[in-house]
Amino acid sequence: MSSYVGQPRHHLLSVLVENKAGVLSRIASLFSRRGYNIFSLAVAPTDNERFSRITIVVDVESAPLEQVMAQLDKLVNVVDISELHPAEAREAELLLVTVAADATERAQVIQLVGVFGGRIVDVSLTALTVMLAGAPESLDDFEELMRSYEIVELQRTGRIALPRLDAGAERRPRVRRAGHSS
Amino acid sequence: MELTGAQALVRSLEMEGVEVVFGLPGGAILPVYDPIIDSSIRHVLVRHEQGAGHMAEGYAHVTGKPGVAMVTSGPGATNIVTPLCDAYMDSVPIVCVTGQVPTTAIGSDAFQEADTTGITAGITKHNWLVTDAADIPRVVREAFEVATTGRPGPVVVDVPKDVSNATMEWYWPEGVDLPGFRPPGAPDSEAVAAAAALIRAARRPVLYVGGGVLKSRACEALLDLVELTGIPTVTTLMARGAIPDSHPLCLGMPGMHGNYAAVTAMQRADLLIALGSRFDDRVTGKVSAFAPSAKVIHVDVDKAEIGKVRRPEVGIHADCREAIEEICSALRSTGRLDPSRLESWTGEIARWQATYPYTYEKDGTHAGAAREGGRPAGRPSLLKPQFVLEVLRDATPPGTILTAGVGQHQMWASQYWRFERPYSWVNSGGLGTMGFAVPAAIGAKVGRPDATVWAVDGDGCFQMTAQELVTASSEQIPVKIAILNNGYLGMVRQWQHMFYEERYSEVYLSPDLPDYVGWAEAMGCIGLRVEAPEEVLPAIEKANEIDDRPVVIDFRTDAMEQVFPMVPAGASNDDIVVHPAQREAEAGPPKTRAPKTSPPKTSATAGVKAPARKRRGT
Repeated sequence: MSSYVGQPRHHLLSVLVENKAGVLSRIASLFSRRGYNIFSLAVAPTDNERFSRITIVVDVESAPLEQVMAQLDKLVNVVDISELHPAEAREAELLLVTVAADATERAQVIQLVGVFGGRIVDVSLTALTVMLAGAPESLDDFEELMRSYEIVELQRTGRIALPRLDAGAERRPRVRRAGHSS
Repeated sequence: MELTGAQALVRSLEMEGVEVVFGLPGGAILPVYDPIIDSSIRHVLVRHEQGAGHMAEGYAHVTGKPGVAMVTSGPGATNIVTPLCDAYMDSVPIVCVTGQVPTTAIGSDAFQEADTTGITAGITKHNWLVTDAADIPRVVREAFEVATTGRPGPVVVDVPKDVSNATMEWYWPEGVDLPGFRPPGAPDSEAVAAAAALIRAARRPVLYVGGGVLKSRACEALLDLVELTGIPTVTTLMARGAIPDSHPLCLGMPGMHGNYAAVTAMQRADLLIALGSRFDDRVTGKVSAFAPSAKVIHVDVDKAEIGKVRRPEVGIHADCREAIEEICSALRSTGRLDPSRLESWTGEIARWQATYPYTYEKDGTHAGAAREGGRPAGRPSLLKPQFVLEVLRDATPPGTILTAGVGQHQMWASQYWRFERPYSWVNSGGLGTMGFAVPAAIGAKVGRPDATVWAVDGDGCFQMTAQELVTASSEQIPVKIAILNNGYLGMVRQWQHMFYEERYSEVYLSPDLPDYVGWAEAMGCIGLRVEAPEEVLPAIEKANEIDDRPVVIDFRTDAMEQVFPMVPAGASNDDIVVHPAQREAEAGPPKTRAPKTSPPKTSATAGVKAPARKRRGT
């Protein structure tokens, strides 16, 4: 699985929306209608109950990012859009994976979980369920290692992100001006 | 003051200055129709909800005010989906109120339940499902704000029956609180300066004027820009009339059926100044071959249009009128423009205009007689649709509003009419909705009762929405309809002629069935039939005199007539196909392909050969 947002075709959008019925559907249908691809999407309310934040990883092979952002910005319920560059963002994702591991393999798996700082959240004689939260790249690595065992089920949440706080963290303009001579 | 939700809704419409609502009641919207009786608002009872939507569009087009439609839930709402989509494509401000089943029944597949907000989400600027009667004034206020601000467009307010019946304490909100809805600010001054510099430097510039100029009421500013700069100007299908067709710098319509000079001027331009236009595929032809040596200035109120199709050198995200005014003052502040700088360019354009005007076989005998064998009706057709339009154009009073359906007649109307005033042309450009003309004309006449309103329609189009003439008769809205009746779905026929080896599949309609005159009379209109050229003017003059009821004239036109010029879909605008008679003229300017075809219909193998890419639909 190649989920790394650092790929040039993947861009991370942090979209602040009004917390109203149907907003997610409007965004999803906009992407669908215009032929844009969503790679991953996570949504939850913010600290202000009037707003929710949607973190979208967009595959921009389908359309230029500025076009995606400009169309999104036209939705009345979309309040703010920022593109977060990986170098300027703190990203996190959560992974749950159930791995088949009998007595002979269990110790190896537990060891790897320890290395990555994950937790065993369920266990049976033949399988383990692991929870791992962290940077998406780290989850990619862990997932790759787990593939050498038998993965029974795997679920990732899609990434969420906030701008970094250090000097380079100045937020991008809300929406980049499209097509402007600069 | 305690009001029901329904009373609050009607009151809110009154507060918004609504004068007329086009609609049709039904179960879920019943409560709202009760206070309509006591309201100052005029209600026009349509015969099909699609009619209500197009009437609201026609009204909005000619008045600049939002059109309002009101329909019931379920089928009422789905019947108005087409006009909503039409208004979305053509940026027409429409507020559509739909009834909905009670909130307690939503999601239960109740009688006449449809997911109206879901269905219309993709074809409206925004929509609202009202779940509390107390929200009604706020939502109506927001709905009008969204419909009319920035790039105009349709909105839907979906009101469940129990919300209409509930009571609320009346209030009227001072303003709207929509944190995600921000119209653009003033034009960026650096971009304006950059635009002015490009305009000053250009030697082959073209102003590419779209419907946005009309929507932003920018026609005066545009005329100032045109005269200040002396730049030749094309007005797209949506912008006809933005500057008068009689203006020496107006080149008329560009695009697939635009005139040769307009198309070719854009194609050879070194600068395109796109004002409220969106590089529609019907204008650009093959995008990669469109105006290859032109730099582009793109002004649009919708940021998403800038760079969507063609990346501009200068993008100005702003209201068109403001941007044009700023560009004019930037040009004035940087010294006079030497008029002689464009002399060779305007001279070249004038030669194209002289060589390739719109044309057709005036006597009709050449084409008509030779084609007799192919005509199902067996009637010699000497009546050319273009001739009818020329006579109509010259016989109608100044300021006449013209509406059209979609197809050949629409293109001929745009080609042969002389639009001298803005807001005198109402048509369905983006969605291409057949059946638009009749209800749009009714809406236009309601909005501008002082103006003569003619609809030019095709026989195929007319059959889609003609029942609204019953509305027009009963409401005493005296519109006039000119059916260019060729007994065919003419534009589709033209494509089958040109691109499908004249294999005519399902395009024949018959000029006699229905009997249009009988039908018109049955709907309370005056019906007239015209079969020969000499009957055209008397019939039109008679129609112009009738002001107490609608008039329908059934013009029996030559079914073989085709729209020229034509840029085949997907082809480059360099490959424009001119009228057969012009192809025989001397070789055109360089880069224009030699005539590819002999005159149509002389043999089964003649005619324009299919371009590499065939497409269904037009």
